[in-house]
Order: sequence, then structure tokens, then C-alpha cells
Amino acid sequence: MPAGLLGIEDLSREEIEAILTRAKDFQPEQRHTFKKMDTLKGKMVVLLFFEASTRTRTSFEIAAKRLGADSVSITAAGSSISKGESLVDTLNTLAAMRPNAIVMRHASSGAPHFLARHLDIPIINAGDGAHEHPTQALLDARTILDRKETLEGLRVAIIGDIDHSRVARSNIHLLSRFGVDIVLCGPPPLAPPELAKIAPGVTIEYDMRKAIRDADVIMMLRVQLERQHETNFPRAEYFSFYGLELNHLELAKPEVFVMHPGPINRGREISSEVADSQRSMILNQVENGVAVRMAVLERILSA
Amino acid sequence: MKKLLIRNGRMIDPATQHDGVSDVLLEGSSIAAIGQNLAADDVEVFDASGMVVAPGFLDIHAHFREPGLEHAETIETGSRAAAAGGFSRVCCMPNTDPVNDSATVTGYILEQARRAAIVKVHPIGAITQGSAGEELAPLGTLREAGVVAISDDGRPVMNARVMRRAMELARSFGLTVVQHCEDLNLSAGGDMHEGIESVRRGLRGIPSCAEDVMVARDLLLTELTGARYHVAHLSTRNSAEMVAFAKARGLPVSCEVTPHHITFADEHSIPYDSNFKMKPPLRGAGDIDALIEAVANGTVDAIATDHAPHTGYQKMQEFERCPFGITGLETALAVALDRLVHSGRISLMRLVELFTTGPARVFGLDCGRLAVGGAADVTIFDPDLDWTYDVNQSMSKSRNSPFHNRRFRGGPVATIVDGVVVWKQ
Repeated sequence: MPAGLLGIEDLSREEIEAILTRAKDFQPEQRHTFKKMDTLKGKMVVLLFFEASTRTRTSFEIAAKRLGADSVSITAAGSSISKGESLVDTLNTLAAMRPNAIVMRHASSGAPHFLARHLDIPIINAGDGAHEHPTQALLDARTILDRKETLEGLRVAIIGDIDHSRVARSNIHLLSRFGVDIVLCGPPPLAPPELAKIAPGVTIEYDMRKAIRDADVIMMLRVQLERQHETNFPRAEYFSFYGLELNHLELAKPEVFVMHPGPINRGREISSEVADSQRSMILNQVENGVAVRMAVLERILSA
Repeated sequence: MKKLLIRNGRMIDPATQHDGVSDVLLEGSSIAAIGQNLAADDVEVFDASGMVVAPGFLDIHAHFREPGLEHAETIETGSRAAAAGGFSRVCCMPNTDPVNDSATVTGYILEQARRAAIVKVHPIGAITQGSAGEELAPLGTLREAGVVAISDDGRPVMNARVMRRAMELARSFGLTVVQHCEDLNLSAGGDMHEGIESVRRGLRGIPSCAEDVMVARDLLLTELTGARYHVAHLSTRNSAEMVAFAKARGLPVSCEVTPHHITFADEHSIPYDSNFKMKPPLRGAGDIDALIEAVANGTVDAIATDHAPHTGYQKMQEFERCPFGITGLETALAVALDRLVHSGRISLMRLVELFTTGPARVFGLDCGRLAVGGAADVTIFDPDLDWTYDVNQSMSKSRNSPFHNRRFRGGPVATIVDGVVVWKQ
């Protein structure tokens, strides 16, 4: 089976460190011009997005282009998927055109894992349902490490709709590998107790103020209404109990910073004051997206 | 008349508790004699040395998909899979297209079975029209047409009042009511057992209590109505304990477990592999222990397969989109031997009971024993047969089994229906 990147859970600490170290070389501040490289010249990357995406798809595309690869982007709406073709048939069709890798986002958890068992092409998971979003966790770690010596011993609070979040799961697996003290916080239906058992070092806290106390990093998550099939919590009071406001930051470590994978919903899970404050690393995360995805593509395609 | 002498086998008959080497002579469609050193003229001999000779096995829970879903299975192919699993008799769930909620569909199934099946087939009728859970199906007419029980399998009767009325009528018609216990509000959208694994995999869970809540409700309705009530594919510790409690109170309650639910826990399933997707879902390791204990202590009345064929293209999809269900007729005996007998939890006598007199009692069927003058339905198996299941050789039309490539100790050797060897290993 060709090595793609399906999830952080499959990666060792060393593999993660290698990607993060290499990503540093690709960061904008390390490179004053964005000269196109020829590392992946002649390689073809297919970006197959069955779900809407702005950040992830664009940054994969830029990453591929900077490395000199050719990329083709396919979205569900304009393809034969919307004509009722099955996932396997779509992928077999694409595979017959012999791309070197397929970057894939899909609304169903495990869709890339299922395909990886049937296809002979490396698959890079750009988000599968509520399961994993490995490159997001890598870029989040890169963003933290741009400001902290090490992940070891940090306290990271992840707040919001954890249960439906692939970003949360990938971050939990990654941060846990490095001995981070991870606190998850959200309304109980969105933060089931089993989450604390999927990796070492995870605790659950239903009181947001306690979750934030002494945190080095606060990661906010969007409430994913599109993945919820019924009301899991009273929506009207969500912000009062789980929305991040400036005064919360006083509970955390003095140098605390705030992250969010985007898209943000101002006033729903994060106040505008926090989102636009000096504490917010939201745009740094986006910037690091390209660097991290370059490191991932290089690792998989130049192997 | 055609004669078949099964010689030298270890005959196990739970009805008489007989366990010893005996010959069995079949003449035409009946058993002509049972005893030592039987001889007859002009007889075909089956040497069963080292094998167990048992009453024909009965599966009270299978899906043969006909009428309407013949792309996945037909009564003919389903019956061939049954024979290859040692079953001489199968009861078919009514969730066909159309649903078996009328004498017409029941008649069609019985006619197809007469025409094409190589084992005996009994239809199970629907509880409600279209199994929609609202209006009762014509239960008396269904009984007269030949159904042996009623169930809305796959679509549990959510309305307690409808269930109560169904049970009252079923009692008067002498029909067992079979429930697929699942509170649909609690299980809504779930794809696997709710627990650490579902959370890890980012899949929506089906909590154990979705089953338990309905078992509890139905046991209370059983007490109210006095109907014969049967829990299909029981999968949780709590449900097993509640059934044991109800039995201790003397309620007319029974239950079955499937081979897969006593084998795989949720954490053993290959992530996102649809051959591990069924309802109820594979539960936790503690539930497996509880189910095996319930088999050993007599709470469980039958092993049933819930043989649920689906075509390859239906199962080759995103996990969340795949239909629920796996095939099971051909592997049931081998799995049961492995999990229950070879592990030392139950005797061979008890195992045979779970496939014969046990399920026969659940539906009040007159079968499942070896008696002179009775039907010549016999299952011959080798408890130590070394074999590997290859799903690509399956007699079923479908290939959705999690037991593919599994090596077994013990398995069926021959299936005899009305004196005819319909399958031989």
C-alpha cells in the first residue's frame, strides 16, 4: 500500500517532528521570494473535494504549485459525483489517469481509509467527516512551535463542538504524542466522555472558565450545525457558556494565544474582539497551512 | 423407496438427550430406524464415523430478499447457503419488497420455496402494514397463509400501543412476536456501537440503551398481554439480564444471539469496513462475555444467523452510506463451535439444542429432533474439521461476510432434507 497521509493517529512522534521541521524551511519568513521550486516537477496531484473548502483546498493547491507539481482540482458540484457516480467509481476513474497523489476531502468519516484499501495511489486526507484532518493539526502545531520552544508540558484548551470536529481529533492525537496537557470543553452532548480515552493526557471539563485556567493555548472550534441531525444543545445560550470573550483570557497564562481552524462565526463561538486581537493566531495558522502542506506533499511525492 | 443409512455417527438429539454412537436409517422422507448396527437391503450408506449426527438445524432469522430484492439473494440461493451451513430449515424475515404483510406475498414465498429451495422455508409475517409501524397487518390471515411468527425486523414497532395490540392478537392466533429491539430515536443516524471506538473513528454511535429501552418496554407489554415474545439478535448485557429476569418471573419470553455478536467486539472491527456493519452493532467486549454467559446459563434459546445479504456495490461505499447486515448461514455452526464449545463454555448437546429444539420451541415448530416416523431432516457435522471460509465460494448471491479467510475448527459436513442429501462438504 502506498504511503499517503490518512491521519495523525497513524504517525509516530518522529514522523510528525520531521514534517514540522521541514515545514519551517517553507515558511514565508524564511523565503523572501516565492520562486517556484522544481522538487515535484512532472508530478500530478489531484485535489478532490466532496465538501466545500476555502482554506484547505487553496493552500494544498498553492503548496503543490510552489513545489513545481501540476494540480487539478475537482469539486463535487461540477463533477460526475453530482450525477450519481459512486465514490469507488469516481476514484477508479481518476486513478486510471495515473496521478501521483490524491488529496481528498469527504463528508464521511473513513472515506479516504476505505479508498486507500482499494487504490494503488497515495491518498492525503484533507478532512474526513468528524474523524481526522491531519494537515490542520500539523499546521496548528507549527503555529504553536513558532512561539513556544516545545509542545512538552503545555496546557491546551480545545473548546466547542468537539464531537463533530476532525480538527479536534487530529489535534488530540498530535498533542498527546508530545505530552501536552489537553483539556476539552463543550456542552456534554458535543463533548462525550469517551473522548478523554482516545489518547493519553486528555481531560474533559464542562466549565469553560476552568478549562481556560492556566492554558498556554486556546483552540476554539466552530459549532458544526451541518453535521448535527438534531438539537444537541439550546443554541440561544451557547455563546454565554462556550463563547470566548476577552475577559476569559485573564484566566489563562499571561502569554496565552488563541487559535481557530476557521471559518469563524463571530459572536457564535468567539467574539470579534478576541478574533481580531493580538492574541489571535488565526491568520498565522492559514499562513502555515501552505508551508506544512508543502512539507507533506514533498514527503509523500518525492519518496 | 430410497433408503439412506447414516452409519457410525455420534448421534446427538436434545429432544431425548441421547448422545452416543448410533446408526440412523432414512426411508423416503422419514426416519425409519435408529439403533446399533442397522442394516438394510438396497441402501446407500453414509459413513459418519467421527462425526456428529444431529436433527436438521433450524435458523429462525434470515433474509432471503425475495420478492423484490433478488439482486442480493433469492430463495433458491439463500436456501443453498443454508444447506451449506448445515441448516435444513430457515425462517425468512418479511422485509422484502413488497413487505410480507399479506397472504399474497406469503403464498408467493411458499410457492417459490416449493419450486426452488433445497431446504424448508417458513415465512415470517409483518406485524404492521408495510412494516411502517402504524396499522396492524392481517395477522390471522397471515397465520392461515402459513407464516410461523410475526416481526417488523429492521423496523422496530416504536409505538407501544400498536405493539400492545399486536401482541394481544398474536396471542389469540398462537403467533410469536419477534422484535428487532432498537429505539429509533436513540439510535438515529448511528453506524456502530456507541463507545470509545465510535468516538475515535468519528462515527455516530448506536448506544446499548437503544436496545435495552425497547426490551424493557416489550417485557412489560409481555406481562400485560401474555403474548409469546422473542427478542431477535440480542446484543447487550442489560438486555440479557432483563430477559433472564422476565423468564424467572415466568413470562413467555425467549431470545436469540447471532454468531457475530459473540465473536467480534466493536474494537475488533476493521475501521470503516462495511463487512463489520450490522444492526445491532458489534458491542463492547463486556457484552460478548455477557452473551456467552447467557448462552451457557440457558437464558438464550437459539442461535440465529440474521443472514443479511447485500450486493458488493451496496457494500462498497462510504461506511456511513452502506446498508446494515452481513451474511452468516455458512459460518454459523463453525463460529458457534469455536466460541462456545471449543472454548469449553457449553457441551455439544447444548450447542445442538441451540440450533434445533431451542429455536423450534420459540416458534412452536414441530421439528428439530430425530424420531422414528419423523421427518428425515438431518445435519451431519465434524466438530474438528479443519477448514477455511472463502466467501468467494459462497452459495449466497452476496459476499458480505467478516469471516472471509477465517480458519475454523469444526464445520458442517452434510445436510439432509426429507431423506435427500441436499449438500455435502
